[in-house]
Amino acid sequence: MDWLWKFPSMDEDMLRALKKSVDEGFRAFTRGYGSGIENLFSPLQSFLIWAERLMTGMPWPLVIALIGAIAWLATRSWRIVIGCIVTLLLIGYFDMWEDTMKTVSMIFVCTVLSIAIGIPIGIAMSRSDRLQRIVNPILDVMQTMPSFVYLIPVVMLLGIGRVPGVIAVVIYALPPMIRLTNLGIRMVDRDVLEAADAFGSSSWQKLRNVQLPLALPTIMAGINQTIMMALAMVVIASMIGVQGLGQPVLKAIANQYFTLGVFNGLAIVGIAIIFDRISQAYGLRLQKHREVVHG
Amino acid sequence: MVSQSINIRNLYKIFGPRARDFVEPVMRGMSKTELNREHGHVLGLKDINITIPGGGITVIMGLSGSGKSTLIRHINRLIDPTSGEVRYGDVDVCRMDKEQLRQFRQKKTAMVFQKFGLLPHRNVLQNAVYGLEIQGVGKGDREERAQHWIKRVGLEGFSNHYPNQLSGGMQQRVGLARALTNDAEILLMDEAYSALDPLIRVDMQTVLLDLQKELKKTVVFITHDLDEALRLGDRIAILRDGEVIQQGTAADIVLRPADEYITAFVKEVNRARVIQVDAVMSPTSALTKSGLRIPAGTAVEEALRQLSAANASAAAVVSGDGQEIGSVSMSELIRCLVGHEPGTPQAAAPATAAKAMSAIP
Repeated sequence: MDWLWKFPSMDEDMLRALKKSVDEGFRAFTRGYGSGIENLFSPLQSFLIWAERLMTGMPWPLVIALIGAIAWLATRSWRIVIGCIVTLLLIGYFDMWEDTMKTVSMIFVCTVLSIAIGIPIGIAMSRSDRLQRIVNPILDVMQTMPSFVYLIPVVMLLGIGRVPGVIAVVIYALPPMIRLTNLGIRMVDRDVLEAADAFGSSSWQKLRNVQLPLALPTIMAGINQTIMMALAMVVIASMIGVQGLGQPVLKAIANQYFTLGVFNGLAIVGIAIIFDRISQAYGLRLQKHREVVHG
Repeated sequence: MVSQSINIRNLYKIFGPRARDFVEPVMRGMSKTELNREHGHVLGLKDINITIPGGGITVIMGLSGSGKSTLIRHINRLIDPTSGEVRYGDVDVCRMDKEQLRQFRQKKTAMVFQKFGLLPHRNVLQNAVYGLEIQGVGKGDREERAQHWIKRVGLEGFSNHYPNQLSGGMQQRVGLARALTNDAEILLMDEAYSALDPLIRVDMQTVLLDLQKELKKTVVFITHDLDEALRLGDRIAILRDGEVIQQGTAADIVLRPADEYITAFVKEVNRARVIQVDAVMSPTSALTKSGLRIPAGTAVEEALRQLSAANASAAAVVSGDGQEIGSVSMSELIRCLVGHEPGTPQAAAPATAAKAMSAIP
């Protein structure tokens, strides 16, 4: 009756052998293809460096003016613009400007990547129930797998640095982009689609003229979520050498520097709120045509 | 515009995964209920044969669930038939490949929907140009053509409004403008006015009739409202449970209902306005002492008014070019109004007729 109390697990030797062979297999793969894969990502590396140089190289008043202008164009609300500018001024005043710019540039790259990968996958998924059934569990894994776990193979393959950091962030931040693109397109009113069909639209015309514009507010919500999740990964990414606001936080954890941690943490919160308010207000403005209902 | 007729032949539509297998049994007489209960398939349309003449308005009438919306969607193949054919001129719409079908929908048909189907993120003008836009017509050209129709349907000055800013009636005008801008020979109207309130509906019917006088498109109009059907339809087909139970002109339907179902339907109809003198006149022109001449196409109500005003008992019916084509008498007109109700004692008829006469001013 022993087996009732102790789970009949795999033999210890077999288990060890299994783990060992998988590890060795992956190590061999890394040795064999590591440099090739690294070369594959070199355009990403240059893009990252370019974005970082751009943000850190610009004079700070210009950056603030630029972000203020984007906020105004996207939201048309003075309150949000003033809020953005004050937050940025405070961050600069507490001497976190350089790190903040590095983080912003990385978030920018991650968001662009997530959009570029996520929207096509989301579109494909909205057109095929089978693909949706395949992709959904993968997205679940991406979202729930502890990020440290997939950091291990990424670091083994690509070493420490910006590129593996970005990959880790994108893996975590991509699912909402895909999910909400898929959802947005699937929610488009069937009557409108039928009308588009009745006038002889090709499927590309239907996508461009009907589905994407009507799904856009939902897609914007996806972009918003992606940005927020990317920001949440900043500290973890800093563990594998991504520079920015995450590194001081990491240092603060290691050395119990309470104030340093709080300052940098608040700076992350600050830029998160800026991004959130701008992207949300923009998403809302896209829906303006829905609000004015005939009385 | 040269409009060809649409011929629907032996059209069957069965909904379900093994639809094709059940065409045979249904042809041999399996009933709708049996098909549904025993095999879980739904009979949408059964052996539909309708000729829709070019250049006229054909109304397909039926209550909800009769298959009328399914039927109209076969004309531009938004729904694929299970068996049968839909011929436009000498092409079978059901045999077109994807690209041919797209061309057919773009160039030959335009559709107006019950729920409007407007693009909410586009304003009135951008909605109206949609058909031309996907055909690749240039911006200047398509907007000019759209503006013309926006004006014609009475939406001048609303080009920059979004659909949500408009009332239901106005949204449907946008739907109509969009369809007309497409400049197609076939205009499909799927319960286009059913969502509108009664006054606006009559208003929109007038818009359609006025436009049709000059456009002469092949219009297929779906409705559940008999009054609407009788007012608009040059020809009417009545559908029940996926089958055509009668087709003909308005007068055919009202004067000679095919079965009790239709009899019940036409009971409440104001016959005096629906029936025209042509339908009841006798070809002889013997009784025209009064010299009263009534043009063909006059409604019975108007004919009675003229007869009683002239204090005459009969009048000649003349065609558009002044030719005498027949005559009608007061009693013939009244007989067509009261109809022959089954089971009504003959004696009752004169009494009703007398009432009808005293009601005439």
